[in-house]
Amino acid sequence: MSATTALAWNRPNQQPNWLVRLFDWKPFLAFACLLPAAGLLLVFLTYPLGLGIWLAFTDTTIGRSGYWVGLENFQYLLEDPLWWNAVFYSVFYTGIATIGKFALGLWLALLLNNHLPFKSLLRAIILLPWIVPTVLSAIAFWWIYDPQFSIISFLLVEKLGLLNNNIDFLGSAWPARFSLIAANIWRGIPFVAISLLAGLQTISPSLYEAALLDGSTAWQRFRFITFPMLLPILAIVMTFSIIFTFTDFQLVYAITRGGPVNSTHLLATLAFQRGIPGGQLGEGAAIAVSMIPFLVFATLFSYFGLARRKWQQGEGND
Amino acid sequence: MTDAAALPQPAQGNAATAQPETMAWDSKARRMVTLYLPLACFVIILLFPFYWMTVTAFKPNAELFDYKTYNPFWIGSPTLDHIKHLLFNTAYPHWLVTTMTVAICATFLSLFSSTLAAYAIQRLRFKGSQYVGLAIYLAYLVPPSILFIPLATMVYRLGLFDSPLALILTYPTFLVPFCTWLLIGYFKSIPYELEECALIDGATRLQILRQITLPLAVPGLISAGIFSFTLSWNEFIYALAFIQSSENKTVPVAILTELVSGDVYQWGALMAGSLLGSLPVAIFYSFFVDYYVSSLTGAVKE
Repeated sequence: MSATTALAWNRPNQQPNWLVRLFDWKPFLAFACLLPAAGLLLVFLTYPLGLGIWLAFTDTTIGRSGYWVGLENFQYLLEDPLWWNAVFYSVFYTGIATIGKFALGLWLALLLNNHLPFKSLLRAIILLPWIVPTVLSAIAFWWIYDPQFSIISFLLVEKLGLLNNNIDFLGSAWPARFSLIAANIWRGIPFVAISLLAGLQTISPSLYEAALLDGSTAWQRFRFITFPMLLPILAIVMTFSIIFTFTDFQLVYAITRGGPVNSTHLLATLAFQRGIPGGQLGEGAAIAVSMIPFLVFATLFSYFGLARRKWQQGEGND
Repeated sequence: MTDAAALPQPAQGNAATAQPETMAWDSKARRMVTLYLPLACFVIILLFPFYWMTVTAFKPNAELFDYKTYNPFWIGSPTLDHIKHLLFNTAYPHWLVTTMTVAICATFLSLFSSTLAAYAIQRLRFKGSQYVGLAIYLAYLVPPSILFIPLATMVYRLGLFDSPLALILTYPTFLVPFCTWLLIGYFKSIPYELEECALIDGATRLQILRQITLPLAVPGLISAGIFSFTLSWNEFIYALAFIQSSENKTVPVAILTELVSGDVYQWGALMAGSLLGSLPVAIFYSFFVDYYVSSLTGAVKE
């Protein structure tokens, strides 16, 4: 033992070579560490974002680089009833789906916050819709919504006798719109529930004890303790949910592809249809760019949600 | 991050203090109606599409389209025909391999770059590091739906169109921000003193990263890896826009574009394909579900 330590002490203090020293120089190391991530994001995220905005002002098509046409694409979109329809459905879809997801997700989180047997198994099962590829579960929904062999119609018509005819889920505009929203809510519940459950578990039980001693009702405890304490996480999760619901593509593309008669186009599916199979890259980019104002709005919402969180928990900026 | 996991444990000991709902006046029947019944409904509704997918995948066609003579909720005579058709008459195995390759490569690429970036932002603490962190957070808020058209033109000009490499290079745009964000949170939970000790002992920064920080961050790396893998497995819009030839398609795209053809939908084969495409992620996820849930909740709280 002592021999080895003596050896270690006697070893001459070797000078590391220049490469090692360069990598130990903090500014260079920070630069080198950030390089792969920053490079990837600048090349494949920031540049395309700028390129997309530029494309929106050109008349590029597939195979031909376009010329600057100014606001022509946007003027065209403003007169295009399909675009207005997509804007309407995107907002409607996001609004109803977000309300549904958060109402049901909050309810599920409150249920899961109780003392339950098989808690971790239950959580694992509940996250499943979120794990499985959206397109694949969307195909399952497509089959559930089949006009002839829908299992929901079968239950309502044959078993319960509530209806006389099968429901035509995807055949006409409004049922198709609501069917897609239902599928989106189904997929969104797990994420909301598990995130909010995490928030619920950080609320100190002593707050509830104090409220109980003061003779509060269950509703008062929810309204004045659970909800305000949950608000910061709620704001963040909701921002993400709104952004990704508004720009949703997979679900609609898989189930209806924007049909029947273009009634269920979201902005993203319309942009895809015009841009890639249709070849009108400039116009598709203009539709995609028209989503940005909504996203900026949602991000600001997130920012103020975060600011409120720091104020509530008394955290400093770190 | 840790207190989310720690809190439920004491709650189980004395449920009465933690959960006012279960106080003495709360009867069992009431608990049944307000808790277990809605919970059962949630579980049934959340699982039903998977159950339906499985049942359809193993039903013979005769049962599939006849609800009158056969009970639709059960399989009369299970068959493997749909799966056999999928494996031998379509390029399904090929799609699985492509998807797996793309997902694994994209995961490693993004794990590598986001670990370094998270280390630089959280531990090297250079001037303006918090702004870099904020920029990466904002990058996560840019959805693929507004990037795919310009990316498609870029991919075409780079000569990567119809190549899995295009997907491997573009998937990190949504994986890197997420992993970096998750790992920053994880690195924050590792005591800084450990690194200081190593610095005093004369270790270089890279040695510290490799021999001290990374081994301690393994759980964080695993959960970031699972997230990346499932996210790239599930990705759809880039794969749909950048890939044209049948053999290079990923599973979600291929099922929707190759199996859905003609007027008669082969529901059995479609459901079998969806089931097989979901299984790898579901199995992968079931091994690491605890990491997954804790990091999901941790990432949200961070």
